[in-house]
Amino acid sequence: MQHGKYRFIVGFLALPLGLYALFVVWPFIQSIYYSFTDWTGLSPEFKMVGLDNYRRMLDDEIFWKSLQHSLMFAVVLPLVTISLALFFAFMINVGGRRRKGGPVISGVRGSSFYKIVYFFPQVLSIAIVALLFAFAYNPDSGAINSFFRGIGLDGLQPLWLGDPDLALWCVMAVLVWSTVGFFVVLFSAGMASIPADLYEAALLDGAGRAATFFRITLPLLWDTVQSGWVYMGILALGAESFAVVQIMTTGPGGPDYSTTVMVLYVYQKAFRDGQAAYATTIGVALLIVTLAFAAVVMRLGRRERLEY
Amino acid sequence: MGSHSENIGSDKNGSVGVGRRDLIKRSAALGLISVPTMSFLSACASSGGGDEDKAKAGKKTAKNPLAVNETAQMEFVLFDGGFGKEYAEDAVKIYEKAFPDANVKFSATQKIQSTLQPRFNQGTPPDLIDNSGAEQMDMGVLVGKNQLADLTPLLDAASYDDPNKKVRDTLRPGIVEMGQFDGDPVWIMYYAYTVYGVWYSQKALDSLDATYPETWDEMLAVCEKAKKKGIAGWTYAGKYPYYLPFSLYPMIGKVGGREVLDAIDNLEPNAWKHPAVKACFDAYYELFKKGYILKGTPGLDHIQSQTAWAKGKALFIPNGSWVENESANVIPADFDLAVSAPTGIDSSDKMPFGTIWASGGEPFVVPAKAKNTAGGMEQLRIMLSEASSKNFTSKVKSLTAYNGGTDGITLTPGLKSGVAALDKAGENVVNPRLQDWYVQLQKEKIGVSGLGEMMAGRLTPAEAIKKIQGYADEAAKDTSIKHYKHQ
Repeated sequence: MQHGKYRFIVGFLALPLGLYALFVVWPFIQSIYYSFTDWTGLSPEFKMVGLDNYRRMLDDEIFWKSLQHSLMFAVVLPLVTISLALFFAFMINVGGRRRKGGPVISGVRGSSFYKIVYFFPQVLSIAIVALLFAFAYNPDSGAINSFFRGIGLDGLQPLWLGDPDLALWCVMAVLVWSTVGFFVVLFSAGMASIPADLYEAALLDGAGRAATFFRITLPLLWDTVQSGWVYMGILALGAESFAVVQIMTTGPGGPDYSTTVMVLYVYQKAFRDGQAAYATTIGVALLIVTLAFAAVVMRLGRRERLEY
Repeated sequence: MGSHSENIGSDKNGSVGVGRRDLIKRSAALGLISVPTMSFLSACASSGGGDEDKAKAGKKTAKNPLAVNETAQMEFVLFDGGFGKEYAEDAVKIYEKAFPDANVKFSATQKIQSTLQPRFNQGTPPDLIDNSGAEQMDMGVLVGKNQLADLTPLLDAASYDDPNKKVRDTLRPGIVEMGQFDGDPVWIMYYAYTVYGVWYSQKALDSLDATYPETWDEMLAVCEKAKKKGIAGWTYAGKYPYYLPFSLYPMIGKVGGREVLDAIDNLEPNAWKHPAVKACFDAYYELFKKGYILKGTPGLDHIQSQTAWAKGKALFIPNGSWVENESANVIPADFDLAVSAPTGIDSSDKMPFGTIWASGGEPFVVPAKAKNTAGGMEQLRIMLSEASSKNFTSKVKSLTAYNGGTDGITLTPGLKSGVAALDKAGENVVNPRLQDWYVQLQKEKIGVSGLGEMMAGRLTPAEAIKKIQGYADEAAKDTSIKHYKHQ
């Protein structure tokens, strides 16, 4: 049964892997090469400068700030998003009270409506979401502060994106809002494949919602949760954090560098300051951070496979 | 888990071969490689270009002082921004008429850098570029890497309207110097002419029974008057606090003299520690301390702050002359927009009231490796004629580098007030260069992390100065950026 399997796989994958090597891996190697030069991105001339860019990076205060913020994104965002999504998905699919004559396992009342509500932000482009929230956070006429005024909290008028202590959290909240729906759907699909008789058995044994969740749902969903975690972390390190930071806290990078992230810094160095080589250096650092993040999540998440 | 599940389990996950878990692991590892930030950079992989196919020079005549090759192709790429592209198209038509055998390629884009960066890297840039907008290419780098042509031949050529006058003599003061970085070559021709200062509604000021304040005590008095009526004195683009210098820098110049601003531009040690800087920072900080700044301003972007100001929530806003066009749809018809040179401290200031920041905008460059540099310059010469300049001013409500050219045009209130402010300023026009010499230092460091933090009340003026001086010292030491000095 095993015989010839690898040859088969290789045969199938040769072409896509070739394309992949050419269009993805090769540019990568090239960018790493550029990180050892003084290329500006605006002229064909450059020379090798060895490790100068790396040395400079280690002395660069803004680089360290952006690294710190990127790590925050990679740790906090998946944690919050996935916990919320797990909770929502559980309530939609499993957490409902048992109703007479209904199925044994069901979601809370109105769960199909909630599903749409949660998923809705997914159909909006992240740029639109960021713009919408930039308006909502407007301290003068934005929705949030107007709401506070409306309920009589006149004294409570935070500056939101204008406050270095709040700005990063404001930006992260938007990402949670916009991505949680995807994971609700992902986890709902995972929960749907858990056999109902497991839940029936648990119910017969008198398990409550919490016990059902921690003893049955979460363990059986572990693989999905783990890949979701990696996926979310990569999003948070890359494109999504760039979009929200660039659009919402355009200082850019927030008051006193409070929201700057690595991708944004790469972009600014390459396309504003004409320092493409230094930008690729930060890009290499970002690559290392991303790889390390995935490795850590995979290692920490390793646990016994559960069969059902 | 349950014993009955083996039959499902074995074909779904397979205890043999590549499991789902491994696949996830592998695909995650591969997915990582597509970290989106890097590969695009190398898309512009560089390759050398040659000078082999430059257009041959044409015949130099009175009508063709730059000796443009009459049949050579000329390519012109324009930034399609707030000023639109009509003015350039009109100028291109004149070029085509003068050189009917030349093939002119004109295009307008907002994506200057993404369109042109690869072409610079390949050594095949167009002949004339309006290098402007959010995707402006860094001029310092372009100059430092010898990518731009010296425009001196253009400046010394006869002007389009009067063969006895050089182009150089038809320009507003300071325009030529702005296009220099160090030494004589002129790399950039700024076509628009921007007046920076304090913008306000004359009507609002009249309703307070006030005139524009000339000293800081008067400024505070006007703000107090406004506050009693529930109007804030000031607002500014809180998310982009680098709009504050539009009135703050000329104020520093007025209080301490031009040399203070020059020292700052030259990144001289302790330039920011000059007493004039401290006095002006203190003055602005007082606006915050006395509650004269519109609430929430540090969280507003430029559009939001301009809108609040146009709605009459605040009296004054530091801005540039583009604000008239940019806010056209929120400024009420009877607003009576006006601009003033910044308020000073008192009568002991070094320069008179009226000292204003005005400088070129819309930078046009001719690449050194362009095939038809003479054609690119000729196109600029056409644009700097009186007729083209008038056409620009009447179409987009902005002045041009051409000195004059406003006769016979009905000026909008803001433009009119800008012209009057320039007349009043006379020789007292200052032009701080931080914003085109050191973009990151000016915008992020001094602007956002220094002035922005101070005006939000999170730094005292003394702390802000110390922080900004630190940033300036860092920039002075940074070998990765090119340094410039006032001549």
